[in-house]
Amino acid sequence: MAAAFGAVFMRDILQAWRRRSDWLNALVFFVIVTSLFPLGVGADPKLLKAMAPGVVWVAALLAAMLSLPRVFGSDHADGTLEQLALAPQPLPLLVLAKVSAHWLLSGLPLALVAPVLGLQFGLEGTAIALLFVALLLGTPCLSLIGAVAAALTLGARGAGVLVALLVLPLYIPVLIFGAGAVEAWEAGTAPGAYLSLLAAGFLLALALTPWATAAAVRVALE
Amino acid sequence: MAVAVAIIASKFIVPAPLSTAALLEVRDLACVRGGKPLFRALSFTVQEGELLWVEGRNGAGKTSLLRLVCGLAEPDGGEVRWRGAPARAQREGFLGELLYLGHLNALKDDLSVMENLRLAARLAGTDASRADVEAALAEAGIGALGARAVRTLSQGQRRRAALARLWLPGTRPLWILDEPFSALDAEAVQRLAACIAAHMHGGGVALLTTHQEVPLPGARVRRLALH
Amino acid sequence: MAIRIFQFSSPQTFYPLAGRLIPLFWVLAALFSAAGLYTGFFVAPTDFQQGEVYRIIFIHVPAAWMSMFIYLVMAGWAAVGLVLNTRLSSMMAQALAPTGALMTFIALWTGSLWGRPTWGTWWVWDARLTSELILLFLYLGFMALQASIDDPRRADKAGAILAMVGVVNVPIIYFSVKWWNTLHQGASVSLTRAPSMASDMLTGMLLMALAFWMYAIAAALMRVQSIILERERHAGWVKDLLEPAAVKGSP
Repeated sequence: MAAAFGAVFMRDILQAWRRRSDWLNALVFFVIVTSLFPLGVGADPKLLKAMAPGVVWVAALLAAMLSLPRVFGSDHADGTLEQLALAPQPLPLLVLAKVSAHWLLSGLPLALVAPVLGLQFGLEGTAIALLFVALLLGTPCLSLIGAVAAALTLGARGAGVLVALLVLPLYIPVLIFGAGAVEAWEAGTAPGAYLSLLAAGFLLALALTPWATAAAVRVALE
Repeated sequence: MAVAVAIIASKFIVPAPLSTAALLEVRDLACVRGGKPLFRALSFTVQEGELLWVEGRNGAGKTSLLRLVCGLAEPDGGEVRWRGAPARAQREGFLGELLYLGHLNALKDDLSVMENLRLAARLAGTDASRADVEAALAEAGIGALGARAVRTLSQGQRRRAALARLWLPGTRPLWILDEPFSALDAEAVQRLAACIAAHMHGGGVALLTTHQEVPLPGARVRRLALH
Repeated sequence: MAIRIFQFSSPQTFYPLAGRLIPLFWVLAALFSAAGLYTGFFVAPTDFQQGEVYRIIFIHVPAAWMSMFIYLVMAGWAAVGLVLNTRLSSMMAQALAPTGALMTFIALWTGSLWGRPTWGTWWVWDARLTSELILLFLYLGFMALQASIDDPRRADKAGAILAMVGVVNVPIIYFSVKWWNTLHQGASVSLTRAPSMASDMLTGMLLMALAFWMYAIAAALMRVQSIILERERHAGWVKDLLEPAAVKGSP
């Protein structure tokens, strides 16, 4: 079972490594979108500082969403997904391997880059650390929930826009708790509750979404 | 729309004694696509060492039948049984004994042939060493292409690389092959036919579809015509 | 085997049954809304704080109730369709979605109309309005997903998975939005705080809720009928049903 998990995970990582630029593009997108906000609303340091957590999180949602079609898209097109569904292993486990690879390739880089963007918006010390930790807890949720939508839209017409329509409403709690952690700290209250809620959301998504994703993959293959 | 299903035994068929349980049994299978029935009340059994050759014109439901037997699609009636029990109820056991090869090659363009096959073997629960894969590639007639990225291969070479899975170690008695001979040259067709015949001699079972007549020396072949 | 027969026969037997039920529900919807509107406009007293403006709650609150309730019912039908593979249940889910979206839209619109005189703006990011907006997005996502998958059986299953994910998410979304904005009005009607509302107001609201119920059922049944006809157009009974009508309808 571990071998099959590893095989799926390795395949996605290897493939992404050979196509590095695809994944870098999402990261560049994240940086560009956050950089647009000061240009749009003005460079008032107080305003930027207040906006920072929300802007970084919304850009993170969009960047994570942009890379979603890649989770299952090429596998669906080249027949690998059929072989995945016919492997003598629980499909939710194999799906989880793909989601883990997706997080490592798209979620983790967002969390790693975010502190630099925080500096751009005038965040300091603890706020930056909180932004990083919140993204570290929240981005796995984005990958897990996003995988459901990615699998549901396989073979659907206009899948690109549809994914956004399906997934963004489901991302709202992650956005609220993620951005809230930093905002609470800035407002002088304890951010612990927000981080706990993010962690709880992660565990819930970890327990439930692989099943929904696996079911959606089976539907897409019919 | 009545759908007639005929099973025509070829001259090689040996009537199986009733005591040997069929490895694969399909009971009353029905398939509806786009609101129209492709087939219904389709029943057949396949014994050890038997090959079922599914025939029919385009759109008759050959691929649909193979996908139903694999469990990739859900039937609109009836069931598939493996070793006397419903395949659905023993999903992982059944899939552990199944090797399915569809129209699509299931190869990743950016990985080498070697990487593709080794990862596919691990996914199937067996471990294929570098030497195992090299041997399989040699059998498939593409021994020199192991290190090449799939992206750089021709259609026929890709098909051979996908088919090389048949020569990998690990015993999987049930082979379900959808158009395995397509895109292959005469030499590759011969290699594949010999491989399938050897599988049948070893007591395996195979379901396949093909539009071309391929001699399978010594294999017990039954034909299933879908209209 | 029995289940299979049930599956194949039920849309056929349900179609005429729905046809007989639809007029009944339309009549009930008309009666309840007449009674509810009368109570709401003429019987219920003027609110001492908000004046006559508050009377929009006779539309707003039932629509908001229905919007949430229909989502649950829709997800329930979709789940039944997914688990038991009964086609009629999936059709019910598909038929309910537009009505649910309509209710959500009415709740948002009337909420906005109500907000202008009471809060002084067309829109406030209040927890309930925001949740209602997100609910509208969920309905739109469900309908868009079903519409963009051509094979009806796959569309049903994909929609069912989405609806079930949505149902798990709705309370989380509601909780998170509430957490995000604790500055919201208390729920207008709750069993514990019923005395804050005149009993005539409550009666009017409940009558309107019943009217919305009857309307939702009638509309869903009508939509189910047309979904059945569309999906079963190859079946013999649909052809038998439509052909005499076609002959009569073309002089």
